Amino acid sequence: MNIAIASGKGGTGKTTVAVALAQTAAGPVQLLDCDVEEPNAHIFVKPEACITHAVNVLIPVVDESICDANGKCSEICQFNAIVSLKTKAMVFPELCHSCGGCLRACPTGAITEEEQQTGIIETGSRDGLEFVMGRLDVGQAMSPPVIRAVKKHTKQDALTLIDCPPGTSCPVIAAVRDCDFVVLVTEPTPFGLHDLILAVETMRELGLPFGVVINRSDAGDRRVEDYCRDEKIHLLAMIPENRKVAEAYSRGESITTAVPELVPLFRSLLEKVFELVGEVRT
Amino acid sequence: MKIAFSTTGDSLDSPLDNRFGRAARFLVYDTDSSAFEILDNSQNLNAAQGAGIQTAQAVANAGVESVITGHVGPKAFMVLQQAGIKIYHSEAPTVSQALELFNAGSLQEAKSSDVRGHWQ
Repeated sequence: MNIAIASGKGGTGKTTVAVALAQTAAGPVQLLDCDVEEPNAHIFVKPEACITHAVNVLIPVVDESICDANGKCSEICQFNAIVSLKTKAMVFPELCHSCGGCLRACPTGAITEEEQQTGIIETGSRDGLEFVMGRLDVGQAMSPPVIRAVKKHTKQDALTLIDCPPGTSCPVIAAVRDCDFVVLVTEPTPFGLHDLILAVETMRELGLPFGVVINRSDAGDRRVEDYCRDEKIHLLAMIPENRKVAEAYSRGESITTAVPELVPLFRSLLEKVFELVGEVRT
Repeated sequence: MKIAFSTTGDSLDSPLDNRFGRAARFLVYDTDSSAFEILDNSQNLNAAQGAGIQTAQAVANAGVESVITGHVGPKAFMVLQQAGIKIYHSEAPTVSQALELFNAGSLQEAKSSDVRGHWQ
Protein backbone atom coordinates (compact mmCIF):
# COMPACT_ATOMS: atom_id res chain seq x y z
CA MET A 1 0.00 0.00 0.00
CA ASN A 2 1.31 3.44 -0.93
CA ILE A 3 0.46 6.42 1.27
CA ALA A 4 1.65 9.90 0.31
CA ILE A 5 2.13 12.61 2.92
CA ALA A 6 1.58 15.96 1.21
CA SER A 7 0.44 19.51 1.95
CA GLY A 8 -0.26 22.69 0.12
CA LYS A 9 1.78 24.91 2.41
CA GLY A 10 5.40 24.12 3.19
CA GLY A 11 6.63 23.63 6.75
CA THR A 12 3.39 22.17 8.12
CA GLY A 13 4.98 18.92 9.32
CA LYS A 14 4.91 16.51 6.34
CA THR A 15 8.30 15.02 7.15
CA THR A 16 7.58 14.84 10.88
CA VAL A 17 4.35 12.93 10.20
CA ALA A 18 5.91 10.73 7.48
CA VAL A 19 8.84 9.70 9.68
CA ALA A 20 6.58 9.14 12.71
CA LEU A 21 4.23 6.93 10.67
CA ALA A 22 7.16 4.98 9.23
CA GLN A 23 8.56 4.36 12.72
CA THR A 24 5.24 3.35 14.31
CA ALA A 25 3.94 1.07 11.54
CA ALA A 26 4.26 -2.69 11.94
CA GLY A 27 5.62 -5.06 9.28
CA PRO A 28 7.76 -4.22 6.24
CA VAL A 29 7.84 -0.44 5.84
CA GLN A 30 9.55 1.87 3.33
CA LEU A 31 9.95 5.61 3.56
CA LEU A 32 10.59 7.43 0.27
CA ASP A 33 11.72 11.05 0.52
CA CYS A 34 10.35 12.56 -2.69
CA ASP A 35 10.97 16.16 -1.63
CA VAL A 36 14.03 16.00 -3.88
CA GLU A 37 14.64 19.76 -3.98
CA GLU A 38 15.35 19.77 -0.27
CA PRO A 39 15.17 16.26 1.19
CA ASN A 40 15.39 16.13 4.99
CA ALA A 41 13.78 12.91 6.22
CA HIS A 42 17.22 11.29 6.43
CA ILE A 43 18.13 13.68 9.26
CA PHE A 44 15.49 11.99 11.45
CA VAL A 45 15.76 8.43 10.08
CA LYS A 46 19.60 8.31 10.11
CA PRO A 47 19.81 5.51 7.54
CA GLU A 48 22.87 3.24 7.48
CA ALA A 49 24.75 1.40 4.70
CA CYS A 50 23.70 3.99 2.13
CA ILE A 51 24.30 3.41 -1.55
CA THR A 52 24.21 6.30 -4.04
CA HIS A 53 22.99 5.93 -7.65
CA ALA A 54 22.87 8.58 -10.38
CA VAL A 55 19.57 9.61 -11.98
CA ASN A 56 19.95 10.40 -15.66
CA VAL A 57 17.61 11.95 -18.21
CA LEU A 58 17.83 11.71 -22.00
CA ILE A 59 18.66 14.93 -23.85
CA PRO A 60 18.67 15.21 -27.67
CA VAL A 61 21.95 15.69 -29.49
CA VAL A 62 21.91 17.00 -33.07
CA ASP A 63 24.41 15.81 -35.66
CA GLU A 64 24.98 19.01 -37.60
CA SER A 65 26.40 17.16 -40.58
CA ILE A 66 23.02 15.42 -41.10
CA CYS A 67 20.57 18.16 -39.89
CA ASP A 68 18.92 19.93 -42.82
CA ALA A 69 17.07 22.43 -40.61
CA ASN A 70 13.62 21.16 -41.66
CA GLY A 71 12.17 22.44 -38.36
CA LYS A 72 10.14 19.30 -37.45
CA CYS A 73 11.91 18.97 -34.08
CA SER A 74 11.04 22.50 -33.08
CA GLU A 75 7.41 22.13 -34.24
CA ILE A 76 6.74 19.10 -32.03
CA CYS A 77 8.54 20.39 -28.92
CA GLN A 78 5.95 21.71 -26.44
CA PHE A 79 8.67 23.06 -24.16
CA ASN A 80 10.64 25.21 -26.64
CA ALA A 81 13.73 23.15 -25.82
CA ILE A 82 14.87 22.74 -29.42
CA VAL A 83 14.96 25.42 -32.06
CA SER A 84 15.59 25.03 -35.77
CA LEU A 85 17.35 27.79 -37.63
CA LYS A 86 18.30 28.14 -41.29
CA THR A 87 21.32 25.89 -41.01
CA LYS A 88 20.98 23.83 -37.84
CA ALA A 89 19.03 22.93 -34.72
CA MET A 90 19.96 24.15 -31.23
CA VAL A 91 19.09 22.31 -28.00
CA PHE A 92 18.38 23.92 -24.62
CA PRO A 93 18.83 20.99 -22.19
CA GLU A 94 17.43 22.85 -19.16
CA LEU A 95 14.02 23.17 -20.86
CA CYS A 96 13.90 19.56 -22.17
CA HIS A 97 11.36 17.15 -20.63
CA SER A 98 13.05 14.10 -22.21
CA CYS A 99 9.93 13.05 -24.11
CA GLY A 100 11.84 11.91 -27.20
CA GLY A 101 9.38 13.69 -29.52
CA CYS A 102 12.07 15.50 -31.54
CA LEU A 103 13.92 12.24 -32.14
CA ARG A 104 10.80 10.63 -33.61
CA ALA A 105 9.71 13.71 -35.58
CA CYS A 106 13.07 14.21 -37.30
CA PRO A 107 12.92 12.72 -40.83
CA THR A 108 16.69 12.87 -41.33
CA GLY A 109 17.82 10.87 -38.30
CA ALA A 110 20.11 13.68 -37.18
CA ILE A 111 18.94 13.46 -33.56
CA THR A 112 20.13 10.92 -31.02
CA GLU A 113 19.79 10.97 -27.23
CA GLU A 114 22.46 11.28 -24.61
CA GLU A 115 22.19 10.58 -20.88
CA GLN A 116 22.73 13.56 -18.63
CA GLN A 117 22.78 13.36 -14.84
CA THR A 118 20.02 15.36 -13.17
CA GLY A 119 20.16 14.05 -9.60
CA ILE A 120 20.99 11.17 -7.28
CA ILE A 121 19.20 8.55 -5.23
CA GLU A 122 20.39 7.20 -1.92
CA THR A 123 19.12 3.99 -0.43
CA GLY A 124 19.76 2.68 3.06
CA SER A 125 17.93 1.35 6.11
CA ARG A 126 17.59 1.78 9.85
CA ASP A 127 16.05 -0.60 12.38
CA GLY A 128 14.15 -2.49 9.68
CA LEU A 129 12.87 0.67 7.98
CA GLU A 130 13.92 0.83 4.35
CA PHE A 131 14.79 4.36 3.28
CA VAL A 132 15.09 5.88 -0.21
CA MET A 133 15.87 9.52 -0.88
CA GLY A 134 16.20 11.57 -4.06
CA ARG A 135 18.24 14.73 -4.46
CA LEU A 136 18.01 17.00 -7.49
CA ASP A 137 21.37 18.34 -8.68
CA VAL A 138 22.02 22.03 -8.04
CA GLY A 139 21.10 24.11 -11.09
CA GLN A 140 18.53 21.62 -12.43
CA ALA A 141 15.00 22.96 -12.79
CA MET A 142 12.88 19.83 -13.12
CA SER A 143 12.43 17.42 -10.24
CA PRO A 144 9.82 14.90 -11.57
CA PRO A 145 12.43 12.58 -13.22
CA VAL A 146 14.21 12.23 -9.84
CA ILE A 147 10.89 11.74 -8.01
CA ARG A 148 9.87 9.01 -10.46
CA ALA A 149 13.27 7.34 -10.00
CA VAL A 150 12.76 7.30 -6.20
CA LYS A 151 9.27 5.81 -6.64
CA LYS A 152 10.67 2.97 -8.78
CA HIS A 153 11.99 1.55 -5.47
CA THR A 154 8.38 1.03 -4.27
CA LYS A 155 7.84 -2.56 -3.12
CA GLN A 156 4.50 -4.25 -3.66
CA ASP A 157 4.55 -6.23 -0.39
CA ALA A 158 5.49 -3.34 1.91
CA LEU A 159 3.76 -0.31 3.37
CA THR A 160 5.29 2.55 1.38
CA LEU A 161 5.16 6.05 2.86
CA ILE A 162 5.99 8.89 0.49
CA ASP A 163 7.19 12.23 1.88
CA CYS A 164 6.09 14.72 -0.83
CA PRO A 165 7.29 18.18 -1.81
CA PRO A 166 4.99 21.08 -0.84
CA GLY A 167 2.72 22.89 -3.28
CA THR A 168 0.40 21.60 -5.97
CA SER A 169 2.53 21.66 -9.13
CA CYS A 170 4.29 18.96 -11.23
CA PRO A 171 6.60 17.63 -8.47
CA VAL A 172 3.60 17.01 -6.16
CA ILE A 173 1.63 15.34 -8.97
CA ALA A 174 4.63 13.08 -9.70
CA ALA A 175 4.90 12.20 -5.99
CA VAL A 176 1.22 11.43 -5.25
CA ARG A 177 0.39 9.72 -8.57
CA ASP A 178 -0.70 6.07 -8.19
CA CYS A 179 -0.84 6.32 -4.39
CA ASP A 180 -3.68 4.60 -2.52
CA PHE A 181 -4.20 7.50 -0.14
CA VAL A 182 -2.91 11.01 0.48
CA VAL A 183 -2.51 12.46 3.98
CA LEU A 184 -2.63 16.27 3.73
CA VAL A 185 -0.83 17.91 6.65
CA THR A 186 -1.82 21.48 7.41
CA GLU A 187 -1.74 24.04 10.19
CA PRO A 188 -4.69 26.00 11.64
CA THR A 189 -3.73 29.35 10.12
CA PRO A 190 -5.13 31.41 7.23
CA PHE A 191 -2.11 30.38 5.09
CA GLY A 192 -2.52 26.74 6.06
CA LEU A 193 -6.20 26.84 5.08
CA HIS A 194 -5.59 28.71 1.82
CA ASP A 195 -3.01 26.21 0.61
CA LEU A 196 -4.97 23.23 1.96
CA ILE A 197 -7.90 24.23 -0.28
CA LEU A 198 -5.57 24.19 -3.32
CA ALA A 199 -4.23 20.77 -2.29
CA VAL A 200 -7.77 19.41 -1.79
CA GLU A 201 -8.78 20.66 -5.25
CA THR A 202 -5.70 18.95 -6.71
CA MET A 203 -6.47 15.61 -5.04
CA ARG A 204 -10.08 15.77 -6.19
CA GLU A 205 -8.94 16.50 -9.76
CA LEU A 206 -6.60 13.48 -9.59
CA GLY A 207 -9.36 11.31 -8.06
CA LEU A 208 -7.18 10.34 -5.10
CA PRO A 209 -8.71 9.55 -1.68
CA PHE A 210 -7.33 11.85 0.99
CA GLY A 211 -7.72 13.04 4.58
CA VAL A 212 -6.37 15.92 6.65
CA VAL A 213 -4.05 16.11 9.65
CA ILE A 214 -3.99 19.41 11.54
CA ASN A 215 -0.58 19.92 13.06
CA ARG A 216 -0.09 22.30 16.01
CA SER A 217 -3.88 22.12 16.13
CA ASP A 218 -4.36 24.41 19.13
CA ALA A 219 -2.02 27.13 17.86
CA GLY A 220 -4.38 28.94 15.48
CA ASP A 221 -8.10 29.14 14.80
CA ARG A 222 -10.90 26.72 13.91
CA ARG A 223 -11.27 27.59 10.23
CA VAL A 224 -9.49 24.48 8.95
CA GLU A 225 -11.74 22.26 11.07
CA ASP A 226 -14.83 24.13 9.85
CA TYR A 227 -13.68 23.78 6.24
CA CYS A 228 -13.13 20.02 6.61
CA ARG A 229 -16.58 19.61 8.19
CA ASP A 230 -18.31 21.68 5.48
CA GLU A 231 -16.48 19.85 2.69
CA LYS A 232 -17.02 16.43 4.33
CA ILE A 233 -13.28 15.79 4.42
CA HIS A 234 -11.94 13.11 6.77
CA LEU A 235 -10.10 14.75 9.66
CA LEU A 236 -7.55 12.04 10.48
CA ALA A 237 -5.69 13.54 13.42
CA MET A 238 -5.05 16.71 15.40
CA ILE A 239 -1.50 17.02 16.72
CA PRO A 240 -1.40 19.56 19.57
CA GLU A 241 1.28 22.23 19.81
CA ASN A 242 4.13 20.79 21.89
CA ARG A 243 7.45 22.45 22.62
CA LYS A 244 9.09 19.04 23.07
CA VAL A 245 8.33 18.22 19.40
CA ALA A 246 10.02 21.43 18.23
CA GLU A 247 13.04 20.79 20.47
CA ALA A 248 13.44 17.22 19.17
CA TYR A 249 13.07 18.46 15.59
CA SER A 250 15.79 21.07 16.09
CA ARG A 251 18.15 18.32 17.30
CA GLY A 252 17.29 16.02 14.39
CA GLU A 253 15.55 13.52 16.69
CA SER A 254 12.48 11.65 15.61
CA ILE A 255 9.25 12.58 17.35
CA THR A 256 8.44 8.95 18.26
CA THR A 257 11.58 8.56 20.40
CA ALA A 258 11.60 12.10 21.81
CA VAL A 259 7.87 12.34 22.56
CA PRO A 260 6.69 8.70 22.97
CA GLU A 261 3.29 9.81 24.28
CA LEU A 262 2.44 10.76 20.67
CA VAL A 263 2.96 7.20 19.36
CA PRO A 264 -0.69 6.13 19.94
CA LEU A 265 -1.85 9.18 17.93
CA PHE A 266 0.20 8.07 14.91
CA ARG A 267 -0.92 4.44 15.31
CA SER A 268 -4.55 5.50 15.24
CA LEU A 269 -3.91 7.84 12.29
CA LEU A 270 -2.47 4.93 10.32
CA GLU A 271 -5.40 2.69 11.28
CA LYS A 272 -7.86 5.32 10.06
CA VAL A 273 -6.01 5.50 6.74
CA PHE A 274 -6.07 1.68 6.38
CA GLU A 275 -9.82 1.69 7.09
CA LEU A 276 -10.47 4.40 4.49
CA VAL A 277 -8.31 2.65 1.86
CA GLY A 278 -10.26 -0.55 2.59
CA GLU A 279 -13.53 1.30 2.00
CA VAL A 280 -12.29 2.67 -1.33
CA ARG A 281 -11.10 -0.76 -2.45
CA THR A 282 -14.36 -2.61 -1.68
CA MET B 1 17.04 44.97 -45.22
CA LYS B 2 14.32 43.96 -42.76
CA ILE B 3 14.35 45.16 -39.14
CA ALA B 4 12.07 43.72 -36.44
CA PHE B 5 10.87 46.10 -33.70
CA SER B 6 9.19 44.66 -30.59
CA THR B 7 5.93 46.54 -30.09
CA THR B 8 2.62 46.49 -28.28
CA GLY B 9 0.82 48.15 -31.21
CA ASP B 10 0.56 47.85 -34.98
CA SER B 11 1.89 51.08 -36.49
CA LEU B 12 5.11 53.12 -36.61
CA ASP B 13 3.73 55.37 -33.87
CA SER B 14 3.16 52.42 -31.54
CA PRO B 15 5.22 52.02 -28.37
CA LEU B 16 8.44 50.00 -28.53
CA ASP B 17 7.93 46.97 -26.24
CA ASN B 18 10.95 46.70 -23.96
CA ARG B 19 10.56 42.92 -23.75
CA PHE B 20 11.81 40.78 -26.63
CA GLY B 21 10.65 37.20 -25.87
CA ARG B 22 7.26 38.22 -24.54
CA ALA B 23 6.56 41.13 -26.87
CA ALA B 24 2.97 41.08 -28.14
CA ARG B 25 3.95 41.79 -31.77
CA PHE B 26 6.83 42.63 -34.04
CA LEU B 27 6.74 45.37 -36.62
CA VAL B 28 8.94 44.12 -39.47
CA TYR B 29 10.14 47.18 -41.38
CA ASP B 30 11.70 46.91 -44.84
CA THR B 31 14.29 49.68 -45.31
CA ASP B 32 14.28 49.20 -49.10
CA SER B 33 10.56 49.77 -49.62
CA SER B 34 9.79 51.69 -46.37
CA ALA B 35 6.84 49.29 -45.98
CA PHE B 36 6.15 47.22 -42.88
CA GLU B 37 4.20 44.16 -41.81
CA ILE B 38 3.05 42.98 -38.38
CA LEU B 39 4.18 39.66 -36.92
CA ASP B 40 1.88 38.42 -34.17
CA ASN B 41 3.73 36.96 -31.16
CA SER B 42 0.83 36.34 -28.76
CA GLN B 43 1.51 32.59 -28.72
CA ASN B 44 4.97 33.19 -27.27
CA LEU B 45 3.71 35.99 -25.03
CA ASN B 46 1.78 33.27 -23.17
CA ALA B 47 4.37 30.47 -23.38
CA ALA B 48 5.06 28.64 -20.11
CA GLN B 49 8.77 28.52 -20.88
CA GLY B 50 11.19 29.21 -23.71
CA ALA B 51 9.35 32.31 -24.98
CA GLY B 52 12.59 34.03 -25.99
CA ILE B 53 13.79 30.99 -27.93
CA GLN B 54 10.60 30.66 -29.95
CA THR B 55 10.33 34.38 -30.53
CA ALA B 56 13.92 34.44 -31.83
CA GLN B 57 13.08 31.56 -34.16
CA ALA B 58 9.96 33.34 -35.44
CA VAL B 59 11.92 36.54 -36.06
CA ALA B 60 14.64 34.56 -37.85
CA ASN B 61 12.03 32.84 -40.03
CA ALA B 62 10.63 36.26 -40.99
CA GLY B 63 13.98 36.94 -42.68
CA VAL B 64 15.04 39.93 -40.60
CA GLU B 65 18.66 41.00 -40.32
CA SER B 66 18.34 43.21 -37.25
CA VAL B 67 16.21 43.34 -34.11
CA ILE B 68 15.53 46.53 -32.17
CA THR B 69 14.05 45.98 -28.73
CA GLY B 70 14.41 46.80 -25.06
CA HIS B 71 15.95 43.73 -23.44
CA VAL B 72 17.04 40.31 -24.70
CA GLY B 73 17.59 37.32 -22.40
CA PRO B 74 20.51 34.91 -22.73
CA LYS B 75 18.74 32.08 -24.60
CA ALA B 76 17.07 34.39 -27.11
CA PHE B 77 20.42 36.11 -27.60
CA MET B 78 22.10 32.79 -28.42
CA VAL B 79 19.45 31.92 -31.00
CA LEU B 80 19.54 35.37 -32.64
CA GLN B 81 23.31 35.27 -32.74
CA GLN B 82 23.27 31.80 -34.26
CA ALA B 83 20.82 33.04 -36.90
CA GLY B 84 23.19 35.92 -37.70
CA ILE B 85 20.74 38.59 -36.57
CA LYS B 86 22.12 41.84 -35.15
CA ILE B 87 20.57 43.06 -31.88
CA TYR B 88 20.18 46.72 -30.92
CA HIS B 89 18.82 47.90 -27.57
CA SER B 90 16.78 51.05 -27.54
CA GLU B 91 14.80 52.89 -24.90
CA ALA B 92 13.02 55.03 -27.51
CA PRO B 93 9.33 55.40 -26.69
CA THR B 94 8.01 54.54 -30.16
CA VAL B 95 8.98 52.38 -33.14
CA SER B 96 9.46 55.39 -35.42
CA GLN B 97 11.75 57.12 -32.92
CA ALA B 98 13.82 53.94 -32.58
CA LEU B 99 14.01 53.75 -36.37
CA GLU B 100 15.23 57.35 -36.55
CA LEU B 101 17.96 56.59 -34.00
CA PHE B 102 18.94 53.51 -35.97
CA ASN B 103 19.09 55.43 -39.26
CA ALA B 104 21.19 58.12 -37.57
CA GLY B 105 23.64 55.41 -36.48
CA SER B 106 23.05 56.15 -32.75
CA LEU B 107 22.20 52.56 -31.75
CA GLN B 108 25.05 50.28 -30.69
CA GLU B 109 25.00 46.61 -31.63
CA ALA B 110 24.66 44.45 -28.48
CA LYS B 111 27.48 41.97 -27.88
CA SER B 112 25.82 40.04 -25.06
CA SER B 113 22.39 39.60 -23.48
CA ASP B 114 21.53 42.42 -21.10
CA VAL B 115 19.22 40.62 -18.70
CA ARG B 116 19.59 37.36 -16.80
CA GLY B 117 17.67 34.20 -17.61
CA HIS B 118 15.49 32.32 -15.18
CA TRP B 119 17.06 29.97 -12.63
CA GLN B 120 20.36 31.84 -12.76
